[in-house]
Order: sequence, then C-alpha cells, then structure tokens
Amino acid sequence: MSRVGILVFPGSNCERDVFTVLSKFSGLEPELVWHTKNDLRGYDAFIIPGGFTYGDSLRAGAIAAHSPVIRELKKISEENLPILGICNGFQILVESSLLPGALTVNSSHKFVCKSARLVVKNNSTPFTTMFKKDESISIPVAHGQGRYVIDNRAYRKLERNNQIVIRYAQNDINGSMNNVAAVCNEQGNVMGMMPHPERAVWIQMDQDIRPEGSGVFESLRNHLLWH
Amino acid sequence: MSELTAGETKYLRKKLGRKPSAFELDVVSAEWSEHCSYKSSKKLIRKFPNRSKFVIPGLASDAALLDIGLGYVLAIHIESHNHPSAVEPYGGSATGVGGVIRDILSLGARPIALLNALRFYPLDNANKRYSQSSRWLLRNVTKGIADYGNCIGVPTVGGEVEFDRGFSNYCLVDVAAIGISKREKIIRNRSNKRDIVFLVGGATGRDGIHGSSFASKKLSGEDRSAVQIPDPFTEKLLIEAVLEAVDRGCVNAMKDLGGGGLSCCLSEISETISKGLEVDLSKVHVKEDGMSPSEIILSESQERMLVITSQTNQAYLTEILSKYNLSYSNIGSVIEGKNLVIKYAGDVIMNLPSELICRAPLIDRDTIPPESKSEDRNLYFRERPSDLYKSILKVLANPNIASKKWIYEQFDHEVGIRTVLKPGTADSSVLRLENGKYLAVKLDGNSKQCDLDPYHGTMCILSEVCRNIISTGGKPLAIIDHLQFGSPENAHIFWAFKQSVRAIINYCEFMRLPVVGGKVSFYNENNLGPIKHSPVIGSIGLIDRSEWIMMPRFGSEESIFIIGNTKDEMGGSEFYETTGRAGNGKVPIVDLNDDMRNAKAVLRLIREDVVSSLHDCSKGGLAITLCEMAMRGGNNFQVDLDKIPNSCSSISNLLFSETPSRYILSTNKRKRLNTMLSAISGLEFSEIGMTTNNGSESFLHHSKLNSPVILTQKNITDSYENLGTIMERTPVD
Repeated sequence: MSRVGILVFPGSNCERDVFTVLSKFSGLEPELVWHTKNDLRGYDAFIIPGGFTYGDSLRAGAIAAHSPVIRELKKISEENLPILGICNGFQILVESSLLPGALTVNSSHKFVCKSARLVVKNNSTPFTTMFKKDESISIPVAHGQGRYVIDNRAYRKLERNNQIVIRYAQNDINGSMNNVAAVCNEQGNVMGMMPHPERAVWIQMDQDIRPEGSGVFESLRNHLLWH
Repeated sequence: MSELTAGETKYLRKKLGRKPSAFELDVVSAEWSEHCSYKSSKKLIRKFPNRSKFVIPGLASDAALLDIGLGYVLAIHIESHNHPSAVEPYGGSATGVGGVIRDILSLGARPIALLNALRFYPLDNANKRYSQSSRWLLRNVTKGIADYGNCIGVPTVGGEVEFDRGFSNYCLVDVAAIGISKREKIIRNRSNKRDIVFLVGGATGRDGIHGSSFASKKLSGEDRSAVQIPDPFTEKLLIEAVLEAVDRGCVNAMKDLGGGGLSCCLSEISETISKGLEVDLSKVHVKEDGMSPSEIILSESQERMLVITSQTNQAYLTEILSKYNLSYSNIGSVIEGKNLVIKYAGDVIMNLPSELICRAPLIDRDTIPPESKSEDRNLYFRERPSDLYKSILKVLANPNIASKKWIYEQFDHEVGIRTVLKPGTADSSVLRLENGKYLAVKLDGNSKQCDLDPYHGTMCILSEVCRNIISTGGKPLAIIDHLQFGSPENAHIFWAFKQSVRAIINYCEFMRLPVVGGKVSFYNENNLGPIKHSPVIGSIGLIDRSEWIMMPRFGSEESIFIIGNTKDEMGGSEFYETTGRAGNGKVPIVDLNDDMRNAKAVLRLIREDVVSSLHDCSKGGLAITLCEMAMRGGNNFQVDLDKIPNSCSSISNLLFSETPSRYILSTNKRKRLNTMLSAISGLEFSEIGMTTNNGSESFLHHSKLNSPVILTQKNITDSYENLGTIMERTPVD
C-alpha cells in the first residue's frame, strides 16, 4: 500500500472528492492531512486538491503557499516524491515556487466550468505514464484564475526540458500562454494541472466526459508500485 | 424605529399590560415583519398537504427532511434575496446563497447542491435603459452566486431563468439548496437547562440592519446599507466546523441567523426547544465598537450560526471552532421557563415570552379578482414554410428559450463529483447519492402565464416541474414552493396569491405530493409598480437505477413519438411574446387526469427500457422541443405534423402552443412501445416521425404546406447561443 497524503487547508474543497477517487484505486491509501501537521514523513506521495484556500485572498494560493506545511513539502520535493497540485493546488505550487510561472485571472474575467479537450505532451511524469504521447483526453476545468503566464525565456526552457505536460486543445478556456494546462518541475516529480482529473473518473451520463482522468491516478499508482 | 401597525401596537400593549420599551419594539417589529412572520400568508399556506411516507415529520424547522432509504435523509430549502439583489446584485445574490446553505446546515446536513431561479427584464429590448440595467443585474447576480457557491465547494447544478418586461429595474433571485445526512446525525433541537448558547462565525456589524423590514415594503430608492456583505470563506469554515461538531455529537440545538438577526433566531429557537434563553448582548463579538443593543440584536451580518451545547461538550465544541479559526462567543444559556431574557452588560433589558415575539397576529387580507388581462382570441399568422422557419429560429433565440450556458459555465457544477446530469444537458439535474440512488431536481416558474391567470399559470408550473423530473427518469417525491408577489395590501395581488396557493393545494392533493418547504415573498414592487406574479416551484424525485436516467438526445434512425394532445393554448407563450402578441390567447389548462396518466405512462416506458431519449414539451412548444433534441443528439428529424394529436386552429399554434402534459420521445423499439401505449385507455399518443443522421437538415412536413420547413443544425445552434451573444456583445454595462 502506498500512502498518499492529501493536504487540506482552510478553504480547500476538493479534498473529499480526491479522497473518494483514490480509495477506489487498489494499492493507494489516501489520507487527509490538515495543514497544521508539521511532520510529513511516512507518505509516498502528496496531492494538493482544488478549492479556495483562504478564500483566494491576495491571489489564489498565495497564503497557503506561505504556510509551514508547504515549507516541509519543499524539503520533501527534493527527495523526488511525487507531488500533484490540482487547480488551487497548482496555484499553491506556483505561488510557493515549487513550479515555475504564475496563474492569473482568466482572459474572459469569468470563472469557467466545463469539459476541456486536452493533449498529453509529456507521458513520462509519475502522473501521465498511462497516457500515450499526444493522446487527446477530456477532463473538466473549474477555475477563475487559470491563465498560465511566464516570461518568454523561461517558457523556452520549459519546452526544452519537456516540462509542459498537458496543453488545452481548444482556445476558449482561460487564455493560458500557448494553451498550457499542466507543467512539471525540472525533475518531473512535481506537477500542477488546472483540469480536475478526479471529476473524470466515473462514467458520467454526459458523453463529453469519459473516465479519462483515471489515467492520472493509475499512473501514480504504477509509479509508486515500481519506485 | 417601530414598523408595527396601529393594530399590532395595540395588541402588543394589551398582551404586555404596559407600554413596550423602545428595545422591545425593535425586536418585536423585526419578528412581526411580513418577511419573518408570514402574517398575511400563514393561514393559507398551512393548508398545503405535507405528509407522505418519505417525509420525516416534526423535526425540521428551517428545511424539510425526506427519508430516501438506507439510513439517509435529504434536506431541501428555498430562499429568495430579491430586494437586496435588485439594489446590490453581487452582494444580494451571494448572501442569498449563504443564507439557504445555513438553513440546510442547521439540520446537521451537508449541503450537496444549489439551484437558482432568476428573473430579469429582457436583455435586449426596445427600452435601452432597462435592458442595460438588466444586463448589469444578470452579470452581477451570476457573479455573486458563482463567487459564493464556487468558494464554499457546493455545486450549482441547475436553475431556471426568465426574462420579462414585468421586471424593469428589478430582479428576482431565488436560491434552493439540498443537503444530505445520516438519519441519526440530524439535529433534534432538544436542549436542557444550563446548556450554553454560542454565537459562531462572522462578527456582528452594522450591515443589514432592518433587512427584513426592508424586504417587507416596496423598494424605493437604493438603500444599499440594508444589504449584507458576503464572506464565503467564513461560510466554508462554518460548514466544516459545524459538521465536525455534529459528527462528534456536541450540538444539542442549532439555528442559522438570517432575516431579523439574533432577535428572530433567539425567539424562534427558544420556542423550538420549549425552553427559555438568557443572553447577554455585550458578549457578542462585534465588528465595531459602540454598537447599541438594538443594533446588535437586529444586525443581519452573515455567516453566523447559533449553536447550543451542553456544559460537558463545551470544550469539544470550542476546540473544533479553534481548529477552523472561527470566532465565537458564549452569549448565554438555556433557562427554565419559556421567556427570552436579553441582558446588556449584566442588566436585563428585555424579558418577554418567546411565543409572543414569534407569533405575530395574523391578518386576513382582502381579495378582489381583477378584470381579465388576457383576450381569449386567436391571431392570424402567415404560415408559409419560410415564415414558420423564421419564427422557430426567433423563438429559439429568445433568451427565455436559448441556452443558459453563459450563466451556468460560471458556476462550478461538478465539485462533489456527484453531478450526473449537468446544467444544459437535460430537463432536470441529476445527482448521485450515497445510497446508490439518483436524485433529480428542478426549479420552474412562468410569470407570463401566472400574470394572465395565476391559478392555471401555477398549475402549469407544477405540471412542468414534475414533467422535468419524469423526463430524466425520476419519480417526483415532493414539491417546494416560493411565492413571489407584490404588496399583499393590494386586494388584486392578494387575490392572485390565493389563486396560486389554491393551485398548489389542488395539484399536490391530486398527485399525492407533499409540499415540504416553501417561502413567501411579498412587496416585490418598485417605483414602477408590482412585479408579475412569480411563483417558483421546485420538485425533487428519485431514480432507483442508473439505466433509468433519461436525456433529451436524439439518436439516429429512431422513431419519434408524442404523448399528449396539443391545443390552442397560446396565452403567455414564448411565441406570442416573441412575435409581439403578448397578452393574447388562453393560458393552458392542466387536466389533472391527463397529467397523471401521461406521467405514469412515461415512467412505465422508461422502466420497461423502451425509450432512447425523452424530453418534456413545454416552453416554446413542440418545435423547440424537437430542435433541442436534435441539437443535443447531433442528429436530425423528419416529422409529419399532421400526425400529432391536436385540436389546433393553425400550424403555428400546433408548433408553438405550450399545452402541458406532453412528452416527446424517441425509441428503437417502436412496436413494443406502440403496444404498451395502446393498452392504456384514454392515452393520446402518436408516432410522428423518424430521426436521421444523414446530412444536417431536419424537416417538418404538413399537408397544408407546399414544401417542408427545413432546419439545419447550424441555424438551430447559432440561434440557441443568443444569450451568450448578447452578453458578450456588451461585456460591460
């Protein structure tokens, strides 16, 4: 059994969804970790779920990024442990500099909740090995601050290092630079994504959403099994 | 500031045997406002049927409870925030969401879904000023609901929007919430002497003072100070902390603070637990210094809950509140007797029986039927295929019919991973429940029909909301209602209110549906006069198996059937509205026997697995229903209009009449379906055509037309996106 810690901050709101989904994957043992816990040893991976930590005060993710638990997480990230940030989790990861770039207000200035068509660009991270390279998948998004921005030079570096893991296959999501939907750090063990894979695990009635988010969690399980 | 009438002041003096103090007057007049006391409506709405085998009686005060099996219960409640939203749409609508969520939370249930019903002036009408104001209201109401609901992590799964000229410079914002809980966790509101009263959550400030009195009179000017300020982050913490406290068994009684603030909350909970309360207002945590006792007790500051706990559990409760960094104050205790004793810094400033505060003297209002507004005549309309084609696209582009995507894409409708049928996909929203079943839920309204005929208009809404549940495969379990009218002091308006109430009683008694929650909102008027009568009805239903969940989505090569007869019933129809004929025609009449027979037939077909897709036929009529099914399925139709059972005097009436109790369905088992339907005596139905997937055109044939009406997928889709087009054309208003 691999223990996956789900970090919960005041205002997180997808932690129970991620917990429910992870517990359906045999081999993964999810556990909710309240943000005041200062010892993160004993876990095999971490997920920072979506939500509105601290009510998105200042900027989305800004306050949570400065909490003690993130300081601990930074130390752990150096041990090559898989860390996944989903939506607000991604925002926290960029605010804490665990990932490069920034996530800012959608170009529409509106919150957007819909199914997004995506293309997997890097299938060698711990969260994407179950996908084929350039595979098209659909996973829902739900965010108000998901427009990924970074300076040109750093962007070129991301491309060179294969750090752009997933792109949107449509232009009307949030105005992200070159349709970036997910990025990872240089080592590839920390990834942030705006789409919510936990919302595309069960077959929904809506034909637009296939259970294609499962690949993210299956990849993580396989990674933890073999590493 | 006393809002009491001369009669009420006299009644109060007689009960007290003395002159009330200024403070007592403040408290009593808040609770005796129409908003809190229901003094005009209580006698009438008491007659609603409210029992069924699913309803858990005698527990709920803030929201109704339904037993859905395997130890789970559902709570459902509806609220409006009309006055505040009309002057400050962002804060008004957001705090409306917060309020209804706390009603669910008060029972100890976890909120799992939000819905809304919104009414505005047309977005794109001849009167530029009103339309501009309407777009501003829609933009900010949508954002208010989105920012609040999204932040607290409760999905907004569905809703209903109507645009009508009856809402100039005004809007109606109704929000409904659903919660789920284990039966044994539900708060029973039993409390003992010496239990401790905590006020938890947001600090009490001067915002929203006299909010309920404000909502109990006509809107004049823009009294923004009576609107509360939303803080969804605190609400989210409140939800998690309260549910953790409930889970650990440290809540004996609980109530949210809404209209009337502490004054209403304290008196009502004291009555619910049948005990007295002694509370010191100086202990309340406040936003600012120097607040008077009246201001503290009347404040409608948001995100507050009153929690009563035992001496032994006090420490557990405060430990949980501290974990979530929530402010709280220990403001008093439960005492012997049934009085509400209010102190300030130790001195008693009020000591009155809670019952006296809670129970305003009820009023019998006059009713006078108005002169008929509607002219019951049919209008001539040119009916060349090209005319009908244009009319269909025009009705599709009417924001009342068109896709509401621009609105619902701003709401997180998926958090909680239980939304099976999302907004925009089907006739009602469907959610996965913990007990393995599925919940269908929908709100509906139709102020156009209700304005012309409040009785039959309300009947039509009831029939429609139930059809919406049935069309996703659900069996309606219960009804909630929200009756929104102008001033009850106007005898014509009160007459209409009574008609609406009578319709609900008649429909629900016939269908054996309990009314499990409701709300009345009067004084929806501004300087231009009263709004159109706007009852909003909600229904919830259960679907036992996922195979029974239905969608309005044509497949290819399926037979199309219609169930129900189509009549010349054009009153309040979107077709008359769109073509400048509003006010003419007869409002549809629900035949209760047909309504039930057709509903039962459809539910049987679903359970026998002979239906491929299903849609209720209502707003916009038959033509719109077919177009929606074609668009959502990406397939086309060939329909022979001559085959539709009808008594219509023209083709346009046949296409656009809003006769209730009709369903359109498609099947690939036409023989079995035919046999099953033929066996039901008195059922009107017919096979009217086929779905096709070749090309991109749909055809409507009629013997009186020299060529068919041809519709393309692109025409339909473009027209249907019109609401978003209007809103994006003017991104700022």
